[in-house]
Amino acid sequence: MPHPSTAQDSHAAPLRLADASDADAAAEEAEAGQARFDELIAEDSRIEPRDWMPADYRKSLARQISQHAHSEIIGMQPEGNWITRAPSLKRKAILMAKVQDEAGHGLYLYSAAETLGTARETFYDQLYTGRAKYSSIFNYPARTWADIGAIGWLVDGAAITNQVPLCRASYGPYGRAMVRVCKEESFHQRQGWEILHTLSHGTAEQHRMAQDAVDRFYGPALQMFGPPDTDSPNSQQSMAWNIKRFTNDELRQRFVDMIVPQAEALGLTLPDPELAWNEERGHYDFGELDWDEFFAVLKGQGPLSSQRLEHYRRARDEGAWVREAAAAYARRQAAAEPIGA
Amino acid sequence: MSFASHDSATRQSQGEAITAEEVAASGAVADEDAARYALILGDDALMLAQRLSAWISRAPELEEDVALGNIALDLLGHARFLLTYAGTAWHRTEDDLAYFRDEEEFRSCRLVEQENGDFGRTIARQLIVSIFQHEVYSRLVHSTDETLAAIADKALKEVAYHQDHAIQWTLRLGLGTEESARRLQAGLDELWASVEELFIDVDPIPRLASVAVAPSTLREPTMARLGEIIEQAGLRVPEVGGSFGADRSGRFSEHRGHILAEMQVLARRHPGATW
Repeated sequence: MPHPSTAQDSHAAPLRLADASDADAAAEEAEAGQARFDELIAEDSRIEPRDWMPADYRKSLARQISQHAHSEIIGMQPEGNWITRAPSLKRKAILMAKVQDEAGHGLYLYSAAETLGTARETFYDQLYTGRAKYSSIFNYPARTWADIGAIGWLVDGAAITNQVPLCRASYGPYGRAMVRVCKEESFHQRQGWEILHTLSHGTAEQHRMAQDAVDRFYGPALQMFGPPDTDSPNSQQSMAWNIKRFTNDELRQRFVDMIVPQAEALGLTLPDPELAWNEERGHYDFGELDWDEFFAVLKGQGPLSSQRLEHYRRARDEGAWVREAAAAYARRQAAAEPIGA
Repeated sequence: MSFASHDSATRQSQGEAITAEEVAASGAVADEDAARYALILGDDALMLAQRLSAWISRAPELEEDVALGNIALDLLGHARFLLTYAGTAWHRTEDDLAYFRDEEEFRSCRLVEQENGDFGRTIARQLIVSIFQHEVYSRLVHSTDETLAAIADKALKEVAYHQDHAIQWTLRLGLGTEESARRLQAGLDELWASVEELFIDVDPIPRLASVAVAPSTLREPTMARLGEIIEQAGLRVPEVGGSFGADRSGRFSEHRGHILAEMQVLARRHPGATW
């Protein structure tokens, strides 16, 4: 209820009245919005940018989608490291197209995140200042050509396992972006598998190179699904909102079940002595992963964490004058053109 | 001879989908001189693709990572079918020619071998090269060598886009801020001495009247077009003469060796291996 006005603040009274009725209206709207949101989630429908959504849902999605976008952007670096040295022109072309796709994925994902009301520049800034996270796997080096194969097969493979269910995420722009991303990622995974297959069946040295890459990327790839369910506090809420459809451990199991026969077909071994088919569960059992390493890398202690961020910052800094020039040119053009012309 | 004209699902460019594999499968065999001419065009495309690809993940905007990557990929495609065709004369594959020739066997011009420098310098190089290549390919489509004509037809559509990209950026940088104008002008000034080499009718071009496009005939239209755009961007055409040694031989280039050292390192460490 509004305060009774006095002579001294009479000019303020109408404002207070307006404030109060606005607040009432907002509360009513929020209540109706929440009811509608709950209904949409219950019937497994889509939330669209103009729909009312809880503040936490908006925040959590913006974080998840932008982290995903950042991962695409930082992920360009390890693979970009091999473009100039790719061992055949065909492989060079495929790798270039792949890294270019990743820039494209970053673009769709930043656009999807922007529909939640935060500008792209803000997300860039979060990455630049080191406040934003991205997939830890990209803090490992791509040392050999076989790493390009392992990244395609294992890293993109894990990403697809994670992302296919996200095509049904409750937030419309995210789900739709993921449909396109997944199509391209599955092409990337096949390319990675093919690189490893060729190396594995090539010279003895090439085979060793392939095995070494798989040995190094296997553990970090399994950790891409996040910590074990017992240690993943946000998962439950994300599943209640129909963003996440399966738990970290469910997805990890699905991935292991998929890659074991693929590794056999490659003629390569997976570096886990405990890996064995469990008839009773109908799944492969696998050994405990090094979670101390995972959390250390997550905190920025990855082998290449500083290098990746520094590379990103340098590109942003060195490109600042170009972006200023483009903006100045656009302003000048807008001023020169009469409205409606 | 015919090339299937279908769209590739993974490419954004509009060109006909001629691939190096299709050139190889067509059974066309280049004669010695046509092959040597194809190397000139192909080596320019390869060196520039190699240089531009280093921009990926380093561009001023994400859209530019995509654009420069796309241009590099187009040029690499041109290099692949040109080298494949050249190789038919000597029973050598595109990879034999790209990875197992030495410095003095390449025929690229010094302009495409120049370091990227900043974005202004890269755009200056893109402007010059894309306008020149557009002049080349728009005439090469009439070559009496059917394979070269088909390759030119494909490359022309893509180079038209590269040219548009370079012109749009030339205007933005030239008319953007003082700093951007200064940097683009510096890029043009630094590269200008290497432009003359584009127009030299090196061997075997004088013997290929109806097959090749004589670069000397492109000096005037290329320079006129460049002058027009540079002026429109509020910049000046550098008054720098062409540097000595404009013969594509590699005898007068320090960059070529470094580019090849990086590009060829892995392939040469495993001779005979399949990738």
